[in-house]
Amino acid sequence: MAFARDQWYVAAYGSEVGRDLLARTVLGEPLVLYRTESGEAVALADRCVHRRYPLSESRLDGDTIVCGYHGFTYDQTGTCVFVPGQQRIPRTARVAAYPVVEQDSFIWVWIGDRNLADPTTIPRAPWLADPAYAVVRGMAPLNARYELLVDNLMDLSHETYLHGGYIGTPEVANTPITTEVDDEKGIVYVSRHMDDAECPPFYAQSTGIQGRITRWQDIEYHPPCLYLLHSRIAPQGHYPPAEGPDSGAFHAEIVYAITPSTEHTTYDFWAVARDFAIDDESVSEYLHNSNHTVVMQDVTALNILEQVIASEPEKYQELSINIDTGGLAARRLLARMIEPGSVGAPR
Amino acid sequence: MTAPTSMLTGDRIYRIHWLPGTDTLRGRCHCGAERTAEEPVELWEWLLAHPDGHRPPPDPGPPTPPTSRTVLPPTAPPSRAAVPA
Repeated sequence: MAFARDQWYVAAYGSEVGRDLLARTVLGEPLVLYRTESGEAVALADRCVHRRYPLSESRLDGDTIVCGYHGFTYDQTGTCVFVPGQQRIPRTARVAAYPVVEQDSFIWVWIGDRNLADPTTIPRAPWLADPAYAVVRGMAPLNARYELLVDNLMDLSHETYLHGGYIGTPEVANTPITTEVDDEKGIVYVSRHMDDAECPPFYAQSTGIQGRITRWQDIEYHPPCLYLLHSRIAPQGHYPPAEGPDSGAFHAEIVYAITPSTEHTTYDFWAVARDFAIDDESVSEYLHNSNHTVVMQDVTALNILEQVIASEPEKYQELSINIDTGGLAARRLLARMIEPGSVGAPR
Repeated sequence: MTAPTSMLTGDRIYRIHWLPGTDTLRGRCHCGAERTAEEPVELWEWLLAHPDGHRPPPDPGPPTPPTSRTVLPPTAPPSRAAVPA
């Protein structure tokens, strides 16, 4: 399976990275993450250059990692500063240091040629670090290839069937979508605007809305890693004013970071940021539990699907219909990233 | 439902609208060319082939006098049954 290298990926939440060593595998590359004493996040290759012992199974000494096997010691640039029993440190004694950016509560790492890493190209999810929003979040390891999660999130009609009773209602699957692709910026946008819809428990419980709603779902996918779902919920018939804030509606910014770990595993980072009831802990608890349940419904389904697909021959038979328009566009942009310069229709 | 939305702005935007109340998709290229289809794979293939096979719809513009007249064949006179003399 091919990955899109020379791209930024979320390796962790900032809150996960501290003075303990954290192991993550991104695009098949084992990483060890930690913070220096001054608070800077660091990502190094998680294999000692000597005998490949995982540095994540070692210990920190100040800002250096001391290998838990023979004591090879590396600074935050990956340079070996100590080897046991001798004065000379071999010239090749170093491990790779990955470009790291901490932004919007995420730890982004660059996988690929470090000379190409440009932090200004990292897509933004500003709600996750905005005090005007309350955020619940989590991360679910997925035993499935990342493409299955992309397909899943780009076609929300599955909410009606897989997530009925939580976020799915009949109108989601029944409402036509508009799909847009910005070919220069590499963005897929899928809009599903429901004028008159049943309010699912996820929003009825959290907003207090009684009765039917106008529900908008606007997906903004920045391949390969960041997926944003702008969710607008309002009493039925309430639309944004021509000017000024949309204060008559409830807004939830639902963020996923889709990080391939190995060929058949994925990190599913998820977060729900809301602009309503931001000080109400009971709403936070409800949304956390509900979204965790929804994510785990996806995880269960995609883990099953991975087992099926892994046993099928390459280029297995599929059928795409109208609901797949956005997912097909996402596949095409990913294919272009994996093979730069290649063009072609999504399959 | 509301009218199809256009959220992205840019010089190279491809759009596919699923026409409400139908199974039909309408693709619109950044060059202005449009086509409808009943399934998305075919429509993406056509869109992404830009500029091959893309011809923007004609600009309606102000009406202009015709530069040529279409000459229809003269209506044949009604056949007359031969009446025996």
